[in-house]
Amino acid sequence: MSTAYGLAAVSLVVAATVLVGTFGLRISRTTSDFYVASRTVSPLRNASAIGGEYLSAASFLGVAGLILAYGADMLWLPVGWTGGYLVLLVLISAPLRRSGAYTLPDFAEARLESMAVRRVTSVLVVLIGWLYLMPQLQSAGLVLRTAAGTPFWVGAVLVAVVVTINVLSGGMRSITMVQAFQYWLKLTALAVPVLFLLIAWRQDGSPGLGQDTPPAFAERTTVSVGADVEVRVDRPVPVVVHGRMDGAQHAGPVTLAAGEHRIARDTEITFPAGATVPHVSALPVRTDSEWAQPLAGREYPLYATYSLIMATFLGTMGLPHVLVRFYTNPDGRAARRTTVLVLTLLGAFYLLPALYGALGRIYTPELLMTGRTDAVVLTLPDRLVGGTLGDLLSALLTAGAVAAFLSTSSGLTVSVAGVIGQDILHGGVRSFRAATLLALFVPLGLALAARALAVADVVGLAFALAASTFCPLLVLGIWWRRLTVAGALAGLVVGGGLAGTAVVCTILGGPPGGLAGALLAQPAAWTVPAAFAVMIGVSLLTPRSTPAGVARTMVRLHTPETLQVNRGTWRPKQV
Amino acid sequence: MSRDGEGPRRVLVTSPRMRATRRPRHPVTREIDEQTGLGEAYMRSLVRAQLRLGLGVCAALGVVVGGLPLLFVLAPELRGLDVGGLPLPWVLLAGLVYPGFVVCGRWYVRHAERNERDFADLVDRDT
Repeated sequence: MSTAYGLAAVSLVVAATVLVGTFGLRISRTTSDFYVASRTVSPLRNASAIGGEYLSAASFLGVAGLILAYGADMLWLPVGWTGGYLVLLVLISAPLRRSGAYTLPDFAEARLESMAVRRVTSVLVVLIGWLYLMPQLQSAGLVLRTAAGTPFWVGAVLVAVVVTINVLSGGMRSITMVQAFQYWLKLTALAVPVLFLLIAWRQDGSPGLGQDTPPAFAERTTVSVGADVEVRVDRPVPVVVHGRMDGAQHAGPVTLAAGEHRIARDTEITFPAGATVPHVSALPVRTDSEWAQPLAGREYPLYATYSLIMATFLGTMGLPHVLVRFYTNPDGRAARRTTVLVLTLLGAFYLLPALYGALGRIYTPELLMTGRTDAVVLTLPDRLVGGTLGDLLSALLTAGAVAAFLSTSSGLTVSVAGVIGQDILHGGVRSFRAATLLALFVPLGLALAARALAVADVVGLAFALAASTFCPLLVLGIWWRRLTVAGALAGLVVGGGLAGTAVVCTILGGPPGGLAGALLAQPAAWTVPAAFAVMIGVSLLTPRSTPAGVARTMVRLHTPETLQVNRGTWRPKQV
Repeated sequence: MSRDGEGPRRVLVTSPRMRATRRPRHPVTREIDEQTGLGEAYMRSLVRAQLRLGLGVCAALGVVVGGLPLLFVLAPELRGLDVGGLPLPWVLLAGLVYPGFVVCGRWYVRHAERNERDFADLVDRDT
């Protein structure tokens, strides 16, 4: 893809984001504006904003890449990311809005009347936010490298700087406008190219994926390896190598023996037509018909699938940047209606990544060898359409990807900064500004230091952590009067501790093999029940620490706003 | 969310026949405000109705969505079943499930709002 188009796309989105953000600036005056846009946002704009904020790099790039690599099992990811809003709708949307809280720690304080629970909640919000921000910044590096050939750190730093400017200049009001704009940009950026790709695929004779063989190069193909990789070759194949392989310099024909090979970065290898694509050792080799079926060719597929369903369906409600959006609805009824619109918008968007994944399996199988399956969305137009049109479509996709990092990072930064500013620093607009820097530059450091992980995997861990902590807190807090301070604290600590340990093991060491590996890579199926059990069990054992005002809080959470009843005097701390 | 002070006062408009019916001495909203046993009973009934509705949707979701992986294990031939040129899992998971979510969400909103209306009619009819 031509660098000029890529750079133009990136600059345009960055400029548009800053402009739309500044346009919203003149209305943003008081602290309340910063946090919740004064609760005057219409349902469609609010729903677009939720969609824009929620559809991250993991959705825009990561899902298609994982589907290309692992096949039908990965279809559960977008299903769970959408279905999570259905669970959120029926269990927490209206009561949460009626609680009148700005943030998750506010809710914890209002419901449990305990500063200790509030503090634990704040720490968890910051940790989940950082865990979610890190892969966003990493994939920004990846996209800019694919689109414009810049070093990895440039994209990450660029996104961090733009988000800082944006958040500092406008707070949530501008972010709401930016986010709503970003949703439609992302949908367009993914939907328009797929039309051209499908036309090209039809003209190519609509090749399918029913064969019982692993992917092969359809024609003589030169693969350029962007980073050091270890690949597995299943049978000897004559290739032409330019660069370093297995510790030796090559510049000509070589026969690749069966087995493992180490290929250094910037090496080019030319494969003959019909050769099987060597896979990065981390990816399973699966025939196309296995790939198209769920639960085939993976260790503990049923456990992994259920754990993924649990993490995504229950984790969505615990994401800090999602919840803060609900406070911008005028009342509980509007919060529900907004959520249904969100389901519609997300459903429309998630029809598309599967198409990219499947087309990628046919046309860009070499990504299985370079290991950069996250790049499939950006690579396809050039491969399948080509020419200026291909360049333009690639530029559009790059723009959508940049929109994805900007919007998710902005939303996360606002909510993490809100919590840091309110609960850790002194509060007030100045603290919010200092907190913004803290919220963004810690994950930036992590992104630059940590080893590369698949974007959607890290995001999946953030979901698992949210599902193991905030899901029980919210669900029990809203529906169960007997939840106690001790129970909530114990549940948060156990759920957070278990899921957090799994996250640290997976990110630092990579999961071990076998059952332990499956349990650590997808912890939700055991950590969520554990957190619920501890929260309920300890609450039942400590009936005396039930908050005094629980009856009044229940009135506040559940009665429609049209009724004139006493809802208590609790108000979120003004900062 | 302050409710006191300004705003037009609510005026009771009833037919002569309605006036003849017996009325409770206090509006139920006052029972709720004073946290009497009756007020609590009304609140519990609302919370229970809404929870039952929410858990009902979750259970349906659990059976339909959560049942799919199990179905594919128990009936492996369904994994590759051809539906209009596409394998069944793809038709379901990459397509039909999304409109399903929306329909389910709309259904829930209608019923949740009805529960709230019923509750409001119940407690507010005498204020």
